Amino acid sequence: MSAFTLNVNGKDRTVDVEAETPLLWVLRDSLELVGTKYGCGIGQCGACTVHVDGQSRRSCGIQVNEVGKAKITTIEGLAKDGKLTALQQAWCDLDVAQCGYCQAGQIMCATALLADKPKPTDADIDTAMERNLCRCATYTRIRQAIHTAAGNAK
Amino acid sequence: MSASPVPTSRALDRRSFIKVSALAGGGLLLGEYLNFSADTAAAQTATADAIVSAVVPADFSPNSFIRITPSGAVSIIAKNPEIGQGMKTTLPMLIAEEMDVPWSSVTVYQGDVNPVYTSAAPGGQSAGGSNGMPNNYLPMRRLGAVARVMMLQAGAQSLKVPVEECTIEKGVVYHKASGKKATYGELATLAATLPVPDVANVPLKDPKDFKIIGTRVTGVDNEKIVTGQPLFGIDVKLPGMLYANYTKCPVFGGRPVSANLDEIRKLPGVKDAFILEGGNGLKPGVAIVADSTWRSINAASKLQVVWDEGANANQNSASFAEQAAAMAKDDAPPPGLPEGTKMCEGVYHFPYLAHATLEPQNCTVMYKDGNAEIWVPTQSPGNARAPGAAQTTVHIMRSGGGFGRRLQNDYTSEAAAIAEKFPGVPVKLTWTREQDFGSDVFRPAAWHFFKGGVSPEGKLLGWNDHFVGGQGAQFQPNFPNGFIPNVNVKNGTVQTGVPSGAWRAPNDNANFWAVHSFFDEMAHAAGRDTYELHMELLATGQNQAFSSARMSGVLKLAAEKGGWGKKLPKGQGQGIAFSFSHRGYVAIVADVTVSKDGKVKVNKMTAGVDVGPVVNLSAAENQVQGGMLDGLSSAWNAKITIDKGRPQQTNFDEYNLLRMPDAAATEVHFIQGDYTIGPTGLGEPALPPSLAAVCNAIYAATGKRIRTLPFGEQDLKWS
Repeated sequence: MSAFTLNVNGKDRTVDVEAETPLLWVLRDSLELVGTKYGCGIGQCGACTVHVDGQSRRSCGIQVNEVGKAKITTIEGLAKDGKLTALQQAWCDLDVAQCGYCQAGQIMCATALLADKPKPTDADIDTAMERNLCRCATYTRIRQAIHTAAGNAK
Repeated sequence: MSASPVPTSRALDRRSFIKVSALAGGGLLLGEYLNFSADTAAAQTATADAIVSAVVPADFSPNSFIRITPSGAVSIIAKNPEIGQGMKTTLPMLIAEEMDVPWSSVTVYQGDVNPVYTSAAPGGQSAGGSNGMPNNYLPMRRLGAVARVMMLQAGAQSLKVPVEECTIEKGVVYHKASGKKATYGELATLAATLPVPDVANVPLKDPKDFKIIGTRVTGVDNEKIVTGQPLFGIDVKLPGMLYANYTKCPVFGGRPVSANLDEIRKLPGVKDAFILEGGNGLKPGVAIVADSTWRSINAASKLQVVWDEGANANQNSASFAEQAAAMAKDDAPPPGLPEGTKMCEGVYHFPYLAHATLEPQNCTVMYKDGNAEIWVPTQSPGNARAPGAAQTTVHIMRSGGGFGRRLQNDYTSEAAAIAEKFPGVPVKLTWTREQDFGSDVFRPAAWHFFKGGVSPEGKLLGWNDHFVGGQGAQFQPNFPNGFIPNVNVKNGTVQTGVPSGAWRAPNDNANFWAVHSFFDEMAHAAGRDTYELHMELLATGQNQAFSSARMSGVLKLAAEKGGWGKKLPKGQGQGIAFSFSHRGYVAIVADVTVSKDGKVKVNKMTAGVDVGPVVNLSAAENQVQGGMLDGLSSAWNAKITIDKGRPQQTNFDEYNLLRMPDAAATEVHFIQGDYTIGPTGLGEPALPPSLAAVCNAIYAATGKRIRTLPFGEQDLKWS
């Protein structure tokens, strides 16, 4: 085991784990940030999506010793002072979730999309969101929520 | 076996079954306890945000589902599991409606398993079969109405006016003549002293006065979901908790003989590793218990097990297909068809499917002082067992998907068998995704061998359906029997050794695809428009299963809204199908485009739905949108094939589900029937007709009939 200091949601957190431990499990078990979900462990479902220096990444495929000084943002780090982001608010208002398990990953992915393209087209949404699986198939509302948060008239 | 005592968590200390002492007044109580659960995982973590405090005599709690404090705070228990179908929101809406409180004043808590909840309505505390709404619609309303009647009485007493002159609006009792009023909060302590009326005979509101039922109410857990708060079974964290992995034989029914347990025990963080022999519903396997999830998974990857693979080691899908075909090879056409009848034949096949709930199966169990406590995401919490425990408390956790998988508590039994060896220590078992696929109870594969006849005038004269299902498969057709003559259904089974179970719209999902696809074939052979033929048959025929009039209604609605009957160029097509499944009437029109090189784009799916009146428009529409797209997903690329007695697909790189670019636009239209015929549930009904609607549209676009699923593997090129 070794100590690793990670910058998560703006705070430095030190964990003592094996170097090859996936960031996903460091977040969930060591740091008790369980909003980041385990779905497949092989980067196929997107439930574990976090931001690494602002980019969408699969935390199941990042070893803790690869993180270094990168800034990690998880779903718990999006709302500031209890105020939901426009995307989180749209997700609530449009009642996107069914089971809800994938939605943290969906929102992380959509947040990175809007940072890159504030007014995404349907094609942009297809490309950005393709890697995030929703087993309940709430895709109609996910798309609608992204457009709503972006202020796209629909 | 190491086991060390852990401090009892704060949540466990505060969770309690509270005797409602203020209820000396009598009346027919559903139970004497108000069981406010430690609400889901939030309560077990250091960041617990909301644990309901005990009911005190000043509170009004006329039954185990309701509490109103003197401050006016309203708490309502959701007794059934939330698996994505919306029941944690919708059942409390029914109670709040009859209480006559504003929805915004209500906080909902998940109830534990408790006899007072299990006995409150048919179906107990289970989630499945789209039964939640029909079973609970009246019982939940009555529970709320008890509170309204008592508040009215308390208001009259408090305001010193005749009760007949009082009215209630949004949690306030008014005496209009004098202008006096009193809020529910102000009346709570007085109301708590009043006799509780008979819940069975309490007056219910007239539906025209509904304020909450029939509106669009968003999910009570939405904010927790979008901020990543602990909520699901897999999020449970208890002080001193250990983490378990359980590896079973890759072959169905196999068992471990020996394993490199000494080596495993030496790995970092591993507390113990041992073989469980199984029995009594427990599958045999190798347990590893460690101090983190990752260390348990990592240790499992180093397991070397000698397996006794058992009787199923040579089972495979190719052999199942051969056996099914052999059973049907001598099938005759429908009897007595006159000379000149045009014959139709089609062999339809659909594969095994996995449930693949995105939250893998998991369960946390703690044995302590001879009792057990279980935290589990399950559809059947009443069947969660901890063998050997004198008393078992079951906390119902939010499920990251159900689809029928969590009707079975096999993972609960595994967690309990492992945790039993660590008394005083909570142990969380988490299946890896591969283990989740490997231990699924699959939607069985099946075949339909159809033979039908059409008269030269375009009448359907006969219909033979020889259904051959993989072990566990069932088929109960409710169409076209009763609507065309000479319908003959024969059943056969292939013994596969593959575990099977209910998968969303069980028995109906792909069977109705086969029926409505072959019906479309017959309609084309008869030279008829499928929709017009549907309407004609529904107008003239009937059967015991469903109302022809309601089915015609949803068909007409879907056809109108979906623009049925457009003239389209080759490469574009429309398909239509309907089904009566789990009490719901749904018709779907699908619009597809197929490129010349065979690439399918499903442009739009339009549903007409009749489940009686809709209680929560938001949740209902979500279920129909998701049901249609889940149906599309199940037909497009998803399949499980069996080889060497095990599934060949064990993760999402091999088991391909629908993703955003392929998600068709959806449109949902309800017929809001009158309150004498519903409401019924919506978890299932929208799924079955979606498959045939899409495949019939592909036929219309390309002239290629999809007779084998998934259709993503078919050659759909056209020129």
